[in-house]
Amino acid sequence: MNLRIPTARQIAFIKMAVFLLCSIPAAHLAAGWFSGTLGANPIQALQHATGEWTLRMLLITLAVTPLRRLTGIHWLLRLRRMLGLFAFAWACAHLANWLWLDLWLDWTLIAHDILERPYVTVGLAAFVLMVPLAATSNAFAIGRLGGRRWQALHRSVYAIAVLGVVHFWWLVKADVLEPLLYALALAALLGVRGWWRELERRRQLAAGGPGCPQIKNKVIRIVPR
Amino acid sequence: MLIKCPADIPPSEITPREQFERRREFLRHAGLGVAAATALWHGLLPEARAASALGPLIAGPYRTDETPTPFEAVTRYNNFYEFGTDKEDPAKNAVRMALEPWTVRVEGLVNKPQTFDIDTLRKLAPLEERIYRLRCVEAWSMVVPWVGYPLAALLRAVEPLGSAKYVAFVTHYDPQIMLRRPVLDWPYTEGLRLDEALHPLTLLTFGLYGELLPAQNGAPLRIVVPWKYGFKSIKSLVAIRLTERQPATAWNTAAPHEYGFYANVNPEVSHPRWSQATERRIGELRRRPTLMFNGYAEQVAQLYQGMDLKTNF
Repeated sequence: MNLRIPTARQIAFIKMAVFLLCSIPAAHLAAGWFSGTLGANPIQALQHATGEWTLRMLLITLAVTPLRRLTGIHWLLRLRRMLGLFAFAWACAHLANWLWLDLWLDWTLIAHDILERPYVTVGLAAFVLMVPLAATSNAFAIGRLGGRRWQALHRSVYAIAVLGVVHFWWLVKADVLEPLLYALALAALLGVRGWWRELERRRQLAAGGPGCPQIKNKVIRIVPR
Repeated sequence: MLIKCPADIPPSEITPREQFERRREFLRHAGLGVAAATALWHGLLPEARAASALGPLIAGPYRTDETPTPFEAVTRYNNFYEFGTDKEDPAKNAVRMALEPWTVRVEGLVNKPQTFDIDTLRKLAPLEERIYRLRCVEAWSMVVPWVGYPLAALLRAVEPLGSAKYVAFVTHYDPQIMLRRPVLDWPYTEGLRLDEALHPLTLLTFGLYGELLPAQNGAPLRIVVPWKYGFKSIKSLVAIRLTERQPATAWNTAAPHEYGFYANVNPEVSHPRWSQATERRIGELRRRPTLMFNGYAEQVAQLYQGMDLKTNF
């Protein structure tokens, strides 16, 4: 198989394989729940696992663009929607577990948690921001919104990822090692974008051209390449 | 000090004696089975363990008749950050801790400062089995059959001076086998007011489920203060110091706005991350309401008369 230009059939196969791969943790967790191997506090184990997988899938989704650019394997882009939807699915599981199994839909308790605990507020905000992205993750919505507006909307994934890491950071009691690792990974993924953007800005400045006046030290709109 | 007896138990909560004893027997067998398997797993002969068993136990006062949390959960779901911050880490890592020789230094404002070895300490007073509720600040709880005797027996043996007002405790710390990352200020420290430490509920603990304490539960000896959040019940104790001033404690030093010196279980004062109004008893799915002083209000409320428990949390 030509890794750079796979056939449509091969792409379909890759998608199926990635889907199955991404489903393994969920199957593993479900098996653990039903066989009672999630430890003494299975609801908490479920809460942590679903939260961590949400973050992992978000980071994997954000890794697609840099990976594609570094390797030149452009069909990676065609996996991004599925990866993002997996992140959303984990977030739904995380929220549902919290509302239902943890708090048994006790809305007074839930309201207090949202209002009084910043990590809950931030986590919920991240979830709310994910909803429009999931809802517009189809060809119809892209057509309806137009590519540029769709892209602008979907840039909120950066904010979502930052909120997700803050949510994790805020909830640990003392040991920030784990949230720190997620924060570093996210910083790398966002940093590389910033760096490339800066390079592109300089290139366009140097090249001049229409719509790109030669003004030093002024932020100018970058025309995507 | 006048010791109040626990309130009468409503008839609805009394388990028929026969059923209760059957459960105890079953639990003892289950406990012994797991303990034996653990001993074998670590290359110890079961006989070696039996030789150091805790001997005859008397049923202590204040025991609850709530169903004890299974041995497996009590010994696998632990906070002992020196051995890792995941609940299952201590059970995996604490076995590396060398338990012999073990001594406990008792010093400070006492007439007779001394260093006790663990065998002497175990024999200082008759060992009792006390089934206590344990409530963690993370809003989960357990019921644990501890074995020990009131800490007061040890404190009286060293004769506190009139100037002593507080008791500071220190956990064993060995950077060779324990976490070196400064998650907390190691060694872990805790403290009580002297009257809290002398309270008959405060237990110097050597075992659980009739067995010696497993390493992850604070072997070879720990303190259990059942009306306070779990972190006040210091594990793997090596030093006790009587002082005039309130001692620094590990969690209070790490985050004073979140963890007070008193840390009394109080459903009305919530932690920034956890509402303390309810808790999940390990093994149960639904939450249950948290009781003031973890259900020991009748015994300990008078210790805090006139204090604002919202500021002294």
